[in-house]
Amino acid sequence: MRVFAVAEHRLGEINPVSLELLNFANKIKGDGTSEAVIVGDDVRALSSVLAGCADKVWALSGSQLEHYNPESHADVLLQLFEKEPPDLVLLGNTSQGCELAPLLAVRLRCPIVTDVVGASVEGGLIVSRYIYQGKLMVDLKLNRTPCVLTVRQGVFKEGIELRGEVTELRLTPSKPLRRRFSRIIEPEEGEIDVSKAEVIVAVGRGAAPSLKLAEKLASLLNGAVAGSRPVIDSGLLAKDRQVGISGKTVKPKVYLALGISGAFQHVMGMKDSELIIAVNKDPQAPIFNVAHYGVIADVQELLPKLLSKVEERRK
Amino acid sequence: MRVFVLVKHAPSPESTLRVGADGKSVDPVCLTYDINDWDKYAVEEAVRLKEKYGGEVVAVSVGVNCDATLKKCLAMGVDRAVKVPVEAGFDPYQTAEAIVDVLRGERFDIVISGFMSQDTNNALVGVLAAAMLDLPFATAVVELSVEGDEVRAVREIEGGYREEVFLQLPCLVTVQSGINEPRYVSIMGIKAARSKELREHVVKLRGPSVFVERIYVPPTRRAEILKGSMPEVAEKLVELIGSKGVI
Repeated sequence: MRVFAVAEHRLGEINPVSLELLNFANKIKGDGTSEAVIVGDDVRALSSVLAGCADKVWALSGSQLEHYNPESHADVLLQLFEKEPPDLVLLGNTSQGCELAPLLAVRLRCPIVTDVVGASVEGGLIVSRYIYQGKLMVDLKLNRTPCVLTVRQGVFKEGIELRGEVTELRLTPSKPLRRRFSRIIEPEEGEIDVSKAEVIVAVGRGAAPSLKLAEKLASLLNGAVAGSRPVIDSGLLAKDRQVGISGKTVKPKVYLALGISGAFQHVMGMKDSELIIAVNKDPQAPIFNVAHYGVIADVQELLPKLLSKVEERRK
Repeated sequence: MRVFVLVKHAPSPESTLRVGADGKSVDPVCLTYDINDWDKYAVEEAVRLKEKYGGEVVAVSVGVNCDATLKKCLAMGVDRAVKVPVEAGFDPYQTAEAIVDVLRGERFDIVISGFMSQDTNNALVGVLAAAMLDLPFATAVVELSVEGDEVRAVREIEGGYREEVFLQLPCLVTVQSGINEPRYVSIMGIKAARSKELREHVVKLRGPSVFVERIYVPPTRRAEILKGSMPEVAEKLVELIGSKGVI
């Protein structure tokens, strides 16, 4: 198979998921090739990073390609694919990949599956992905090629070394763009940086009514309170307290996950914590797959008991 | 301004989930359905656009049993609803094709959908529809406003960063949760909904492009579950936390 991996970069750095796409490509290409594609105004330096994991690198550059834009990027990718037809196109399951992948799939008239975490190629392409926020999995069969897949980050970390040749192409989008990039907005700085806390008491939807107690526990432990998306969305905590892909990545000594279901987006922000303890009343909650210790209980019942035990111990 | 909002009548991930007897489905017995969480934000955003600029909001849903969700949309302030009574199954392409079939017969300025569905988590239907209709689009939008003949959209990207883009009208956006605070359905809203139009739009689907091989419980590492009375469990937790030298 000719497997193309569409690389991604921001502020001059390759997103590590791009190399993971190539690891995935090398695993399933058979006697075919893994080919990286990178789009930008000057991507020579980044191309050599990709070349270390690819049989071939296509560097698509042009003055109109400085900023990521699904319209211009899909346009030049399709110009390449017309000359170099892919069997499989891989993108990261990221804020860019989630836009580019379906657009490419429609233009290539091909099937698409997002957020893939595994694949087998014997007897046709079968891919695995999570559903129901990580509670179940599904294996899906794709009957025709080409196919477009977006791949979850952090899954295909191991791979072989290669020394692919870089081919540079100057390309211009064939049509006027109807979306225009304006600017990247930096995250707002809050009063504390949760990524520096040694103890994090994290509150999810299931613990929102116990926020005050969670804050008390955090201050007893000289830690910080953080939250998963639903708690941030509802305005109970500021955006800079959000842990997860679209918020902060944290690695505290202790991460106490209260009423957090454990959606992948959250888990990616806290899975490397030293000690993870999860409290959730749903025994199926995927947070129990990442936690070291779990308690199946209602946070509202357990938290007052835990607070008084911690207070006792500190005396 | 005419705004179309795409909504899904979706099973809640909070339901008890069991694999069906065929090993290729989710046992429907335990599933509770409601409007997809992200779509509540889409409906609220659409209704706010109408309240600000005037015009009409139309909700579109694909599914044989989506009436309750469409009625909820009407009660939230949507003017009329279109139901496409087909089961698109696991293939978001089919859902998008059904929606596009409705939209091709309509005039619109903005199409809004939720960022993803709470059951299959594909995050695909919105962009697939935009691509089929050749509309400019933006996903995971957390701020939306109309400025002249453009839409200003702020997208959520990784690491707390956001990206501001401008889209020419007509366009499609998928909204991230937290973009607004969806209103509750009022008694007045429910009464008003009774006289609003809910029509069916019949389509013929071309057949799926992906096929379910099996559905199963993910094989993963499980946490060591602490058992005992609440005070006993609390005591164990204090020991664990204390072992890290932070108490």
